[in-house]
Amino acid sequence: MIWVTQLLNGTLLGGYYALLACGLSFMFGVMRIINLAHGDLAILSACLVFLIADATGISPFVAVIAVLPVMAVIGWALQRWMLERSLRAGVLVPLLTTFGLAIFIENGLFEYFGADTRSLAPYIGDFAFDSFWIGGDVYVGSLAALIFAVAVLLLGGLRLFLDYTPLGRAIRATAEDADTAELVGINARAVYAIAAAIAVASAGLAGVFLAMRETFSPYSGPMQLIFAFEAVVIGGIGSLSGTLIGGIVLGVAQTFGAQIDPKGFLIAGHVVFLVVLAGRLTLNAIRARGGVQRLFARRP
Amino acid sequence: MTLLGVEQLDARHGLLQAVRGVTLEVAAGETLALIGANGAGKTTLLRTIAGAHKPAAGRILFDGADVTAVPAYARLRTGIALVPEGRRLFAGMTVKENLMVAGAHGRPGPWNIDAVIEAFPLLAGKLNRRAGNLSGGEQQATAIGRALMTNPKLLLLDEVSLGLAPIAVEAVYRSLTALMAEGATIVLVEQDIGRALGVATRLACMLEGRIILQGNAKDLSREQVTEAYFGLQRAQRAKS
Repeated sequence: MIWVTQLLNGTLLGGYYALLACGLSFMFGVMRIINLAHGDLAILSACLVFLIADATGISPFVAVIAVLPVMAVIGWALQRWMLERSLRAGVLVPLLTTFGLAIFIENGLFEYFGADTRSLAPYIGDFAFDSFWIGGDVYVGSLAALIFAVAVLLLGGLRLFLDYTPLGRAIRATAEDADTAELVGINARAVYAIAAAIAVASAGLAGVFLAMRETFSPYSGPMQLIFAFEAVVIGGIGSLSGTLIGGIVLGVAQTFGAQIDPKGFLIAGHVVFLVVLAGRLTLNAIRARGGVQRLFARRP
Repeated sequence: MTLLGVEQLDARHGLLQAVRGVTLEVAAGETLALIGANGAGKTTLLRTIAGAHKPAAGRILFDGADVTAVPAYARLRTGIALVPEGRRLFAGMTVKENLMVAGAHGRPGPWNIDAVIEAFPLLAGKLNRRAGNLSGGEQQATAIGRALMTNPKLLLLDEVSLGLAPIAVEAVYRSLTALMAEGATIVLVEQDIGRALGVATRLACMLEGRIILQGNAKDLSREQVTEAYFGLQRAQRAKS
């Protein structure tokens, strides 16, 4: 029974990873930018919610509604004034720019908040550790279930938005070919800025959930970036449903790893990531040589 | 009435000057064919008129307004639509989505998905296919349909017959001829001189970035155009 519980826990944890990875995948899919500050932007958002909750006693669930638009504006401004310029200089420059941004955010937060670890858990009362019974002796954490539901809604909603709204179609067209998108009347610069706003706001939402479920410090960002990256690579880059699956695979691997050995949490996740990565590279190499049939074909 | 005016236009790709001091006018309802060898500057000229390429010098006047500084996406709303060389469809999107995305950003007008299907019957039943999986002729029809969805006053067509089977070229031109008969204003780039002379009201021949011969299609002979195409006049002048 413990494995069933752990499978459920891992799946729900995967919802958090999918939520975290969604913005990273989206930004890469639309703009071909790998945002190395993704995890730090999530932590920045958590810090903002913490500030509001700590100073006013307002519930983090309410505060997050105020913070997400701020994160969206930050994403919009980043694209307009930083990423857009660095994109013009080639593919490597945005990578360096976001790396610099990551260091800037980490140290800025450290300067203001110090090295203390914090959590939003005390501000959401019992909900932080509540659980509900679903059968047998299996219980599920309420917060984890909420995060999973939000992740599914966000990823599904984003998919529907991209497929069935004019703005969504404009984003997909720009992602495919920005030059031609301009020729059918799409302002590609504006579309990029909107995509960045969506990506950073979703990272912000993930950051707040992270802060509710565990502790965070100004330097927690890079670890979250790695988790997001692993989920994206496992699920396939640029695919939203893949991101959800990738997050779940990572979450289940980590939870099973921890069940086998308490220290196995991280290592199991990394191993699955490396196995999938190696598998993908091998498959690509085989395809490049002309497919499996040729690999086994007898040489003349 | 002059719809498009190009004055002393220069356009560059880095150090290469692709368009040199081009001046031309297109009246409403006219079909102008641009003819010239590869590298003569035809594509760059069309892209500059559409706003996809920034000119180094000169002015572009459209419908009485100076649009030289207007970016491509906004220029489309004034009524200029380009069907780019190589079609450049959004390959991962369906035919319908390709048409819709353009329709959402263009001018209001009579063109909609039904009208495009009517003009290009070969697209009937293909609306939900991914654009990348279509045949060349179907892709070209979608590309022209996509431009029409924006209800342009001026349609720029860059090598619509390139890479198509003869039967597909026939189908595309049959639809284009119908458009021209309805009074559309078109500038087209075409390698096939016979076809260009057949559909155009006026012809302009480009050589090394300049327009070296311009006139009404019915006044120009195939020989004159061929000479201009290969730059023979200049060679003879140099000899004598």
